[in-house]
Parts: sequence; C-alpha cells; structure tokens
Amino acid sequence: MKCLAIAKKDIIMYYLKGPVVIFGILLPLFLFLAFWIGRDLPLNFLIAGLLSMTVFFASTSVSPVIAPWEEQMRTLERLLACPVSTTTIVFGDVISSLIFGICMSFVPLLLAFCFGFVPDPVVIPAIILAAFCFSCLGLLFSAYPTNLPSTVMMISSLVRFPLIFISGIFIPVQELPSWGKAISMLSPLTYFTDIARASFGMSPFLFLYLDFIILAGFSIGFLASAIKLHKRALLNRI
Amino acid sequence: MIAIEAEGLKKRFGNVEALKGVSFKVKRGEIFGFLGPNGAGKTTTVRILTGIIKPDSGRARVNGYDVVEETLKAKESIGVLPEVSNAYPDLTAWQNIMLIASLYGMRKREAEERANELLKEFGIHERKDAKVRGFSKGMKQRLMLCMALISDPEILFLDEPTSGLDVQSARMIREKILEIAKERKTVFLTSHNMDEVNMLCDRVAIINKGKIVTTDTPERLKSKVGGSVAIEVSFGDKVELNMKNAERFGDKYVIYTTDPYKTICEVVDFARKNGVEIVSINTRTPTLEDAFLKLLEVER
Repeated sequence: MKCLAIAKKDIIMYYLKGPVVIFGILLPLFLFLAFWIGRDLPLNFLIAGLLSMTVFFASTSVSPVIAPWEEQMRTLERLLACPVSTTTIVFGDVISSLIFGICMSFVPLLLAFCFGFVPDPVVIPAIILAAFCFSCLGLLFSAYPTNLPSTVMMISSLVRFPLIFISGIFIPVQELPSWGKAISMLSPLTYFTDIARASFGMSPFLFLYLDFIILAGFSIGFLASAIKLHKRALLNRI
Repeated sequence: MIAIEAEGLKKRFGNVEALKGVSFKVKRGEIFGFLGPNGAGKTTTVRILTGIIKPDSGRARVNGYDVVEETLKAKESIGVLPEVSNAYPDLTAWQNIMLIASLYGMRKREAEERANELLKEFGIHERKDAKVRGFSKGMKQRLMLCMALISDPEILFLDEPTSGLDVQSARMIREKILEIAKERKTVFLTSHNMDEVNMLCDRVAIINKGKIVTTDTPERLKSKVGGSVAIEVSFGDKVELNMKNAERFGDKYVIYTTDPYKTICEVVDFARKNGVEIVSINTRTPTLEDAFLKLLEVER
C-alpha cells in the first residue's frame, strides 16, 4: 500500500502535467508521421509500431527524472525519513510510470479503432507487461546520482532512440540482415512490437509465448538492477 | 528509560571524517539540544539516528530499535523534520500530510482526524487545499512539522526547526515543542539559536569536528565558562584590554569573572590609566552562547 501512496504522489507531481501528457502523445505521433508520409505501408503495421513507440516513450519518459527532481526540490530526504524501503520507493515509481504508459496506449488503440482495426485481446496483457518492463528500464537511467534532470534525460535518450531503430518498429525484424536480427534480440521493445504486430493480424517473428517470457525476463532483470542501484544511488543523493 | 542511544558512531565521506566516535544518551521525555558549528557533524548524526544513512561503525538505538538492523521499526516510532527538506510543492497541504500518513501505514480515518487537528493547531487549516508552492516559508515549516507529527511519534527529531522563520511561526513551533515534552515525548533538537536551546532544552550536547565536546544541562554549561558573571564594557576609544578572560565583541569587551567587584575596579583603573572614557558597563550572567563559544575555543 505504501508504494501506491508513492505512485499517487508521482502521478500528481510529475505525470499530470500538460507538457508531459502532450509530449507523450506527440513524440511517437511525429515519429509515426515521419515514417508514414511518402511510403506505402499497411496501416495495421504502422499502428502496431505507433502503439509500441507510445508505450515505450510514455513508460520511460518521466521515471528517469523523478529521483533527480526530488533531489533538486529537496523532497527526497523527507521521503527517506519515512518508514519506507528503497524497494518500496522504486516500486512506487514503477507503478506510476506503468499507469502512465497504459493510459497513453489508449491513444494509438483509439486510432486503430477509428481506422477499423480491432486488435487481438492478447495486446492488453502485452501492454501491461511492456509498460512495466519499460518503466523499470526508465528507473535504471536515474540510478546515476545527479540532481540534473537534463543529464539523466541525455543518458536516457542515448539508449531510447537507438532502441527504436533496432526493435523492428520501422523495419520488421524478419526483413533485417542476420546481424540486425541479433542486435534486435537485445532490445525488450522488439518483443512487445512483435506481440503488437501479431495482435493487428501480422505474422510474428517469434512465438508469442516466447515474446512474453523474454519480456518478463527483461522486466525482472531491470527491476532487480534498478532496486540494487537505487539503494546505493539514493544515499549519494542526500 | 533511554529513548535515543548513540555509541561510538563513526562516518566518513571520502577523505572527510564526519563523525569520530559520537556517543550520548537521551532520556525519554527529554528535550535534548544538539549544538555545533557548521560542518561539526550534527546533520550526519541526525541522519544516522533517523535511519537515512548508515554509520561506518558504532551503533545507535532509537526507541529500543537498532537503526541499522531494524531501520523501518525505528523509523515508524519517530517523526522527523529534516534540515534540508521541503514538502511537495505541487501537492496541497492536505495531500502532503496524507502522503506521510500513508507511508507510516496509518488508517485513513485516523490520519484524517489527526491531520485536521494538526492543521488547525498550526493555523493552516484554511489553506489545506492550496498547493504548497504558494505557501510562505513559515507556513511551509509549520506544514513540515504537521507532517512530522502526523503519526503521533514517541520521538521527534527537529533539525533547525525555526531557522529563518518569522517570529510568529518560530514561537508557535517552540510552544508546540514544549507541549510535546509535557506529553512525556522525546525531542531531539538541533539548532543554531542559543536562546531557543536555552529556553527549551533539558540537556545539551555540543559537537565539534565530529566529536562530542560536552553533554550537560544548559545551566551547568553556562557555569563552565570560567566565572559566574560576565561584565560587558564599552570604551570611548579603541583600546587593547589585556585582562584574563576578556574577549572582544565589536565595540565591547566581555570579561568572565567570579569576582565582579574586583574586575569592575580593574576595568575602571585601566580606563583611568589609559585616559579612555567608559561609555557603558553592565554585568550579566554568561549565556549559553558564551558557554558554546568558550567550549569550542578550548577544543581549538
């Protein structure tokens, strides 16, 4: 329950801000338009890609900067003085980011409905798992103990943008050369994109159960690393 | 009954040895003052006692709980007003308090009753639904104290609670501290305001360069200044007064003495011999500030 209180605080403090919500929608939308315009690609392929990008960007947008912001606003020590463990704080941050990622996924899903596509229900657990996985990844970025959100954003952008291009969003994994396929396997986004494509009626690259298992594996790895790194980093922040 | 116990606490940050074996005990129901110059190790000690950081060695128990082994239990029994901290600016006063209540695992109804009570007591109930961003410093500090008190803790750690506050807010906080002590609760108070410490504390510890210099009652500390009376004298011209226990403060000299009559005669003789006018001469008992400065001087 304590992590829910932290998540509620995060949502009010950091997510329910006009610019955050607008940026969460606009960034993937612009990337989508930039890729769509002038190319003859099936709409379901593009919407699945948009869904992947939206969940990915939304879930990794704010979670990396919560800790630096808290340090800068001098609210972190107040939080650390409460009877909560670092694990609870990390879980709270992950939950808020997860909720934001899930909420933002409604935008591409609504767009899909508008274009007459009804995705397979398998996309719902996939969105939840992916948002969780990407939220944990976002928390990893903020393990670097700086109170400058811009530094964390730079680190996060250095990882996030390359991932977009190696995860089969713009070019299906099947069409990549063998070295490209190997690289794409390192990205958790690849597996969510694969499920999203399958839910919109395209043939997946892997079996869906494998996508889920690997995504869950990434989630556990990111979460465990985030907790371990934040245990050290949070103390260096005060 | 001991409420807080520190035993040989040591802490190092890189090359800086912040604490070099700090030990003291605070009895239940006591208001315990913790004084020291900037960088002496006050905040590091408070952070260890409140479970925010871990000591490199030594042990500390708060309310019977080891702050390293039983951190969460120790934290549950204390309320903290950290020195460098803020309430969440984009949350309302109410949301801030309820957040802390949730983190202490309080039931909603109990938390709401207590929050209403505290906000009324500290005069910010009317602004409970306003965002903290628009609060004055005094209001923010009163809110921070409400947040520290929401769980009705047995022990309260207050790090510079009245620093930079307006007279009204500072007085309100001091009155509350006295009220808390009447309920047999323990207050660990860090402050730079000597009058405040003198007025509120049952006992005081002075820390310097990571070591406890002394622990005693404010009155006993004052008597350690090397005399029971301080004579404050101001001369018409700038002169060098070479007398035992004489210290210069601005345009005045303060002389600590056990024999005020003899000392005043010596001062008058000095003025006559040097042909300088005595503008004013007063006697007063040494203050806690005098004791503090003297003890730190001895340490140097």
